[in-house]
Amino acid sequence: MTQTPSTGPAGSPAGPVWVPSEAELGRRRIRKAQDRRRALVAAVSSFVVIGGLVLVVGTSQGWPVVQETFFNVQYGWEILPLLLEAFRLNLVLWVIAAVAIGVLSMLLALTRTSTSAALAPLRFLATVYVDVFRGTPLLLVIYLIGFGIPALQLTDRPIPVVVLGTTAVIITYAAYVAEVIRSGILSVHPSQRAAARSLGLSQVQTLRYVVLPQALRRVVPPLLNDLVALLKDVGLISVLGVVEVIRQAQILTSKSFNFTPYVVASILFLVVTIPLTRLTDRVLERTIARQNAQGSA
Amino acid sequence: MTAGERAGATPVLELVDVRKCFGDDVVLQGVSLTVPEHSVTVLIGASGSGKSTLLRCINQLERVDDGLILFDGQDVCDPRADVDDIRQRIGIVFQSFNLFPHMRVIDNITLALRKVHGVGKDEAEARALELLGRFSLADKAQQYPDRLSGGQQQRVAIVRALAVQPRLMLFDEVTSALDPVLVNEVLSAVRELRSEGMTMVIATHEMGFATQVADEVCFLAGGVIHERGTPEQVIDDPQDPDTREFLRRVREAGRL
Ligand SMILES: Nc1ncnc2c1ncn2[C@@H]1O[C@H](COP(=O)(O)OP(=O)(O)OP(=O)(O)O)[C@@H](O)[C@H]1O
Ligand SMILES: [Mg+2]
Repeated sequence: MTQTPSTGPAGSPAGPVWVPSEAELGRRRIRKAQDRRRALVAAVSSFVVIGGLVLVVGTSQGWPVVQETFFNVQYGWEILPLLLEAFRLNLVLWVIAAVAIGVLSMLLALTRTSTSAALAPLRFLATVYVDVFRGTPLLLVIYLIGFGIPALQLTDRPIPVVVLGTTAVIITYAAYVAEVIRSGILSVHPSQRAAARSLGLSQVQTLRYVVLPQALRRVVPPLLNDLVALLKDVGLISVLGVVEVIRQAQILTSKSFNFTPYVVASILFLVVTIPLTRLTDRVLERTIARQNAQGSA
Repeated sequence: MTAGERAGATPVLELVDVRKCFGDDVVLQGVSLTVPEHSVTVLIGASGSGKSTLLRCINQLERVDDGLILFDGQDVCDPRADVDDIRQRIGIVFQSFNLFPHMRVIDNITLALRKVHGVGKDEAEARALELLGRFSLADKAQQYPDRLSGGQQQRVAIVRALAVQPRLMLFDEVTSALDPVLVNEVLSAVRELRSEGMTMVIATHEMGFATQVADEVCFLAGGVIHERGTPEQVIDDPQDPDTREFLRRVREAGRL
């Protein structure tokens, strides 16, 4: 033995009280110093980049005008209640659409991954559905449904455009999300299915208890991503005349000839989407950590 | 006393009072070990005694909570140590073979040689084929791993670890996923390595194998090495009551 740290003779139990050895304390000191150095480098580089940006923008010739027309704080506070009120509609539609998309896309994904012969026609329809709506721009679908359905005059009273617009969003997004879920289902290794079936679980039970839990866990990060995108895209139904936050900002801007409402609306979106994005990152890290735990013996 | 200590040379691997906890669970509490060059150390012990954890600490897959792990005299636990460089010189083979399923056998073996060590394609493949031949796998070079038997896959995993000419090989229960016939295939591969003088640390449940290859057998229990010595001492004539109890149960299970 070259040296014996303070934990007692080599190979003997260290007992209930454990005192870190000099070597370990030294390592901790080094790690702390490394952490400090990393933090310092991050702080300095952030300061240089952000400071540089502020300097360049703030000293530019047009800045006073830009500040007045885009970042008018007083005007921003004035219009905040109006925009918040409009943004509430975005949030409500977002939640409704998310739930509906969840259900519809799950049905589509299950249909497309099913193997039973009886479901062949449904499988075909689901494939056509996904092909069509994944390939058509959302804006066009909104126009087609928003203007096309009323023209059919199916009901006595006209269907509100909010409903039509949201339906268009749901239909389009369900196609995307279904494909994400389907890829998750397909990524579960066949041996998992075989293991479950060999335990006597039925086809449906295998799906419900073994395949789907693994598949969904795997696609949570991309789904959260779609959820963020959905919040932004719900605003597109403003083209049908729905006064949600983007439309409201547009109205205010056209009255005041000041672009601050757009900036305030952007901030409202960010307040919701940034925490969601952070959450996505956290989920991703957790997923990766779990995979690492399984990865080696 | 093991061979290296007699010779007085720097051992390839030396562990001094290594401690490892998972939360409040102290898995290793003061494990010391000396592995001289060209020697084979075998770790035995019940399931959960920390054999895999010890090997993972050596390869820096886990960070130790205390103690020293000296690899060729260099402390691998030092935060300033270059982990990639250390791992390049330590080969490790796991119980689950962990071959890359999307690559042919030959590409599995040459990947690190070419991308990490900068060996040219032709030379890397020549070296891989030579090694595959020695482990009777020459005809499998162009196959994908899922076309091989478990024993073949495990031998490919060994060849893959060997290809970069490591200084030290770690084996973690390389045979527990295999049937007895395949076990022999893999064990004779390890014996072949021993005859070439490879320095190895092996965790295993195969006592017969341990007896054949080990220079030193260490019995791990409760986070410490209870007993160590030659196979004759530890496996045939254990002194420590825990070692005796463990070996008695192994014998009952018919693994000795
Ligand atoms: N990542 C981890 N997190 C928490 N505890 C762990 C982790 N890895 C291992 N352990 C614990 O450490 C202990 C030792 O595990 P280890 O895998 O080293 O045992 P082993 O001797 O290799 O057993 P086996 O012979 O079954 O392979 C076990 O009690 C285990 O529960
Ligand atoms: Mg193990």
